[in-house]
Amino acid sequence: MARPKIARKSTVVDMTAMCDVAFLLLSFFILTTKFKPDEAISVTTPNSVSAKAAPEKDVTLVTITKDGKVFISMNNDAVKEELAKQLNQNKGAGLTPAEEKAFVKASFYGAPISQLKSFLNLPLDQRTDANLPGIPAKDTTNNEVVDWMRYIVTAHANTNEKLNLIVKGDNLAKYPQFKNVIAAFKKSDEFKFQMITNPEGVPTGTDLWKKYMKGDKVEQ
Amino acid sequence: MAEMDTSGGGKHKKGPGVKKSKKASTRVDLTPMVDLGFLLITFFIFTTTMSQPTAMKLFLPKDTDDPEDQNKAKESGALTLLLGKNADVYYYEGQLDAQASNFKTSTMKQIRDVIIDKKRRTPEKDLVIVIKPSDEASYKDVVDILDEMTINDIKRYALVDILDIEGQLIKATEGSGGAAQ
Repeated sequence: MARPKIARKSTVVDMTAMCDVAFLLLSFFILTTKFKPDEAISVTTPNSVSAKAAPEKDVTLVTITKDGKVFISMNNDAVKEELAKQLNQNKGAGLTPAEEKAFVKASFYGAPISQLKSFLNLPLDQRTDANLPGIPAKDTTNNEVVDWMRYIVTAHANTNEKLNLIVKGDNLAKYPQFKNVIAAFKKSDEFKFQMITNPEGVPTGTDLWKKYMKGDKVEQ
Repeated sequence: MAEMDTSGGGKHKKGPGVKKSKKASTRVDLTPMVDLGFLLITFFIFTTTMSQPTAMKLFLPKDTDDPEDQNKAKESGALTLLLGKNADVYYYEGQLDAQASNFKTSTMKQIRDVIIDKKRRTPEKDLVIVIKPSDEASYKDVVDILDEMTINDIKRYALVDILDIEGQLIKATEGSGGAAQ
C-alpha cells in the first residue's frame, strides 16, 4: 500500500557563514594586537597594594637587577640628545656625532661613563643585563648614579621636559644599591619618585581595607 | 496504515509496534546559542584590560641639618623596624636599651600584628615608624614594609640608615640561631 510521503526537512545547517565570521574576527584581532616590546633587562618586581597605574611614556626608568646592576632608560629623544651633550661637556665622554646618534637610539644605558663608547659600539643583541656591567652603584664613594642623575636633571631642565622618575627593582636586589639610587636622587634635589610593583589585593580586615569599604577616597 | 503526524516536524523515532507515537522532536537547533557565545566572547575581548604594573609613590624628606626642621618624634610613639636577611624583621620601641633588652625578633608575616598593636596603643600624633634596612635586606623586603605602612594606614614613617650597633645586634641574633624573644 502506498504510504503518504512525509515531507522530510533537512536539519543540516550550512556552517559556511559562521566560519566566515569567525575568520573575520580572527583577522581583526591579529591586525590590531600590539605586542609588548621585548625587554632586554628582565626584572621580577615585588607586589604592592597600590592601585595607581604605572606611567609608560616620558619617564626616566632606573632598573636594579637581582645582581645589583643599575640601568637607566628614557624615551624622550630630545632629552637624550641633551644628555649626550652634557656628558661630553662635563665628563669628557668623548662621543663623536655618530656615537651621539647611537646614544639617542639606545633604549637603555648600562655602562659607566668611561666605558660608554664601547657600550655604544656593542650590537643590540649583545646588550643584555648579563653582558653589561651596569652603572656603578655599589659603594657610596663610587656612586656614578649621582653624576648620571645630575646630568639627566639638567638635560630635562634644558629641554623643558618634566622629569618623572621611576624605579624598577628586582625582588632579590639588595638594599645598598637601592639606597645609593635614592641618595643620587636626593643629591639632585629629586624627592618624588615611584616604584613599579605588581598589583595585589588589599588584605581583609586591615585599616586600608576598612577605608576602601567605607568608600573613602584613598590617596594614591 | 495511516499515521497522524502530530509532532512539530523533524525526524522522530518510531517505537517498535507503536501506532500513534506522540514523541516530540529531540533535536535542538543550536545556532542561537552559538551566536550568544560569540557575542559574549567579543564583549569580554573588548572589555579586558591586561593586568598592568602599578606604581608605588614615595616621597623623600629633604636632608636638613637644621634640628628645627627635622620632624620631632616622641620616644614613646616610635617603633623601629630593622630589616635583616631572609625576611626577618627585628623591632624595638622607643630607644634601644643599654642591654638591648627590648630588641625583639619577628618575620615579615607577623610584623603586621606588631604594627597594629603599636598603632592601637599610641595616639596618632605620636606614632612614627622608623624603618632601617640592613645591607642584607632585599629590595622586596623594603617594598613589603613600605606596603605595610600603606596597608595599616600609618601616616608618619621614615626610611633611614641603620646604626652600627643595630647592625651588630642583628648579626649576633642571627648567629645565635635567631633567638626568638
